[in-house]
Amino acid sequence: MLGATVREAGADDAVSGVKPRWVALPETVEEVAAVLRACAERDLAVVPAGGGTKLHWAPPPERCDVLLDMCCMNEILEHAAGDLVVRAQAGVTMDALATALADKGQELALDVPFAEGTTVGGTLATATAGPRAFRYGTARDLLIGITVVLPDGTIARSGGKVVKNVAGYDLGKLFTGSYGTLGVIAEATFRLHPLPADRRWITAELDRDELPPVAAALAASQAEPSAAEVDWPDPAGPLTLAVLVEGTAAESRAEALRGLVGKGALTGEPPPWWGLISNDDVLVEVRFPATGTRAVLDAVAGTGLSLRGSALSGRVLLESWGAIGEPALAAAVSAVRERVEGAGGRVSVLAAPYASIDRWGQVSGLPLMRRVKEQFDPGRRMSPGRFVGGI
Amino acid sequence: MDTLVAALRSLLPYDSVITDPVRLRTYECDGLTYHRATPAVVVLPDTAEQVARVVRLCNDFSVPFVARGSGTGLSGGALPREDGVLIVTSKMRAILEIDLDNRRAVVEPGVTNLAITEAVRDRGYYYAPDPSSQQVCSIGGNVAENSGGAHCLKYGFTVNHVEACEIVTPDGDLVTLDRMDPGYDLLGAFVGSEGTLGIATKITVRLSRAPQTVTTVLAAFESIEQGGQAVSAIIGAGIVPAAIEMMDALAIEAAEAAVACRYPEGAGAVLIVELDGPAAEVERQFAQLTEICSGAFELRVAADPAERAAIWKGRKSAFAAVGRISPAYIVQDGVVPRTSLPSVLAAIDRLSAEHGIRVANVFHAGDGNLHPLVLFDDAEPGAGERAEVVSGAILDLCIEHGGSITGEHGVGVDKSRYMPRMFSEADLDTMQLVRCAFDPRGLSNPGKVFPTPRLCGEAPGVRKGVHPLVESGKAEQF
Ligand SMILES: Cc1cc2nc3c(=O)[nH]c(=O)nc-3n(C[C@H](O)[C@H](O)[C@H](O)COP(=O)(O)OP(=O)(O)OC[C@H]3O[C@@H](n4cnc5c(N)ncnc54)[C@H](O)[C@@H]3O)c2cc1C
Ligand SMILES: Cc1cc2nc3c(=O)[nH]c(=O)nc-3n(C[C@H](O)[C@H](O)[C@H](O)COP(=O)(O)OP(=O)(O)OC[C@H]3O[C@@H](n4cnc5c(N)ncnc54)[C@H](O)[C@@H]3O)c2cc1C
Repeated sequence: MLGATVREAGADDAVSGVKPRWVALPETVEEVAAVLRACAERDLAVVPAGGGTKLHWAPPPERCDVLLDMCCMNEILEHAAGDLVVRAQAGVTMDALATALADKGQELALDVPFAEGTTVGGTLATATAGPRAFRYGTARDLLIGITVVLPDGTIARSGGKVVKNVAGYDLGKLFTGSYGTLGVIAEATFRLHPLPADRRWITAELDRDELPPVAAALAASQAEPSAAEVDWPDPAGPLTLAVLVEGTAAESRAEALRGLVGKGALTGEPPPWWGLISNDDVLVEVRFPATGTRAVLDAVAGTGLSLRGSALSGRVLLESWGAIGEPALAAAVSAVRERVEGAGGRVSVLAAPYASIDRWGQVSGLPLMRRVKEQFDPGRRMSPGRFVGGI
Repeated sequence: MDTLVAALRSLLPYDSVITDPVRLRTYECDGLTYHRATPAVVVLPDTAEQVARVVRLCNDFSVPFVARGSGTGLSGGALPREDGVLIVTSKMRAILEIDLDNRRAVVEPGVTNLAITEAVRDRGYYYAPDPSSQQVCSIGGNVAENSGGAHCLKYGFTVNHVEACEIVTPDGDLVTLDRMDPGYDLLGAFVGSEGTLGIATKITVRLSRAPQTVTTVLAAFESIEQGGQAVSAIIGAGIVPAAIEMMDALAIEAAEAAVACRYPEGAGAVLIVELDGPAAEVERQFAQLTEICSGAFELRVAADPAERAAIWKGRKSAFAAVGRISPAYIVQDGVVPRTSLPSVLAAIDRLSAEHGIRVANVFHAGDGNLHPLVLFDDAEPGAGERAEVVSGAILDLCIEHGGSITGEHGVGVDKSRYMPRMFSEADLDTMQLVRCAFDPRGLSNPGKVFPTPRLCGEAPGVRKGVHPLVESGKAEQF
């Protein structure tokens, strides 16, 4: 009746320790709708899953009856190379997408780590950004159309497959970063970029104090870096800065930027840590205006966490090297928050195996967000409790 | 209404509440003069707090309100309600903060788009989205319409350049929507909502660093097909120019008549291609571009800002210029995938011949954003109707080719009836969920964007005839 395959869930299907009863494996948008309608009729809670690489991010769901596994929706529906646009089902992995696009000399300019298994839908639903967000923006900026299925089974579309389009509300923006709490992302259309003709990295070791002025100079440079990442494994020591230059004249522009940094090696390959994290059992995202760089570095220094992320777009991730206990993490998070929120920044605990951590901190539009949730999911059946304010 | 006006007067200085019928007429339409309505009352608040109080009063009296910036909108978005309040932001014109270290500026909604660039140009920065109306249009209006411009091919629209907005929600609360906040991207939903989700009272925009080099090229082709092929070849070569604009023979004729732009004689199409970025990169892209445009019979390169302005002059004046060659015209705004441009332009040609209506094409070729100017003589009986038919048929063409009914001018009142052609009922109902979250009473710019929205709280589904709640007078439909 559903069309979709449904199997009984096993221990491996648990979402942050909450074990669903069933796993549904839809193959089409209509099947997703049928599953959600059936769940609505029986008041079953649903958690959508892509590759499952980040299912432990965000708090555990309050309840989960059905895990909606999107893995079978893995078709690239349309790649209009001449229009620099691709439309794909949500279960397509970012790897498969990149390979198909590279064949035509194009890319979706998102840097997605853990590329193995990571899906289009999961990437959108979690929407954090990698190194090149400085130049290309984040998932929300590259998404131009979306098909979603609401908790009652309604299939809705917004945007389209042209880049320039202002007809109607942009549901794609709402679903990007919604952690599966509004409905299921079924298909997405992105704008693409030509693969850069050339790439160069400048890598240099800096003291903590050297970074803020160098970052400011890079951001203002007309040689236009695509990204500048810092790696600071041990906040007692120096940090490594790596700057990426892309385009037809990458080599000469990289030389110009090396002048700004004042030192460093020039390579055609990224450093091994570029755009990756070593471990996301505990992962804290810090976002801040550019002038907050120093405050963030100072705040992280005493916490025992290590830092990796962008020196330009004000987004870094904090990881713990070894095990970190609940009180230590809570203290670290509030120490960083104290320095950063005052400067207009925000600290989100993306992943942590602890229940009592304040994951999201200050959220200005929370009452409006609750109203959005109530409208889209009045039965609180979609990933309940997984998002800001217990949404 | 009289009690509401009295209440408004107690909130605002005397000259900030307009009820004089003659002065009210100034606000009866926006750039789309075809739709007119005289507002019951116009207010000109000075502060966000005043906007919030006005909106709260509107709630108390269950009266609809409409925001208005500079009134340059081309879709009737700021068309007032005869039974409502028009809230004009023209007194809220302060640039509150310029923070180059963080590459951003905080401004009031009535600030014009160009004023932001002017405030930072000396220091090597600018505000990237540049609608042709940038000298007058307000940043609040830009946020509401998610405006674009010639350079959004490379730099994106307003939504990509807004970091935060303080808004007055339709219930009158002041709320900040910030890209930095975790949670739903309400800022993304608000931008482009055409005043239906509240009023922006403070906007934080991102400033961009001026590029090291700008090279502007004008390429003249014998036919529009050749021009179209050049556009595809440029994109195909992996070049993303800052802008690629195209004009056909009729548009060139108009521009020539109006501003004597001296485009190459006998051109069936001209392309304006602007490359910008690091000098070394622009140099190489320019070499590629020259190769690609080898079929052009003339290629001009602007060597300095004056020459660049000369190249842009014809393009920038094209809209106003058609007035020289036609007594009346409709400016259409539709989008098609770039690769469909040749077939869509040919189809527009056929429509034009079939209905005996001339169509001049001036457009953002890089984004496939068409602005056909549908020309007619309003003294000729039936001509206006035929022009309407052609104009509507062009939108159908856009939808057929997987495009959009608007690329930058918005839906407003003008195109709400086309929304069901582009979106299903379920799509539109789902968009209404956003509306219901922000504006459950439907007081904020009602009647715009959506043709017949359902009531908040009503389950979606097929509806025929008047809703019983409406019929019984228990609820209003917005
Ligand atoms: C260092 C670092 C850099 C990163 N850089 C980037 C980047 O540049 N750009 C970027 O976009 N991301 C980036 N990410 C985010 C990361 O890549 C994504 O979180 C990942 O892609 C999730 O994919 P998944 O398919 O495994 O999702 P899953 O782990 O299966 O799901 C993740 C979440 O999304 C929900 N979800 C999954 N599928 C759907 C669906 N179809 N509809 C609704 N909800 C769904 C799930 O319920 C869950 O809450 C980065 C992360 C890190 C740690
Ligand atoms: C000659 C000409 C050229 C143009 N060129 C372009 C172009 O290149 N690109 C482009 O995108 N547009 C263009 N436009 C259209 C128009 O200029 C834009 O839509 C502009 O953003 C409107 O700004 P405004 O301040 O005039 O808004 P208004 O016309 O006053 O209002 C437009 C809409 O915004 C709402 N609104 C206004 N202020 C606020 C606020 N503070 N908060 C919430 N809602 C608000 C109104 O309710 C209305 O729905 C052009 C118009 C003209 C006349």
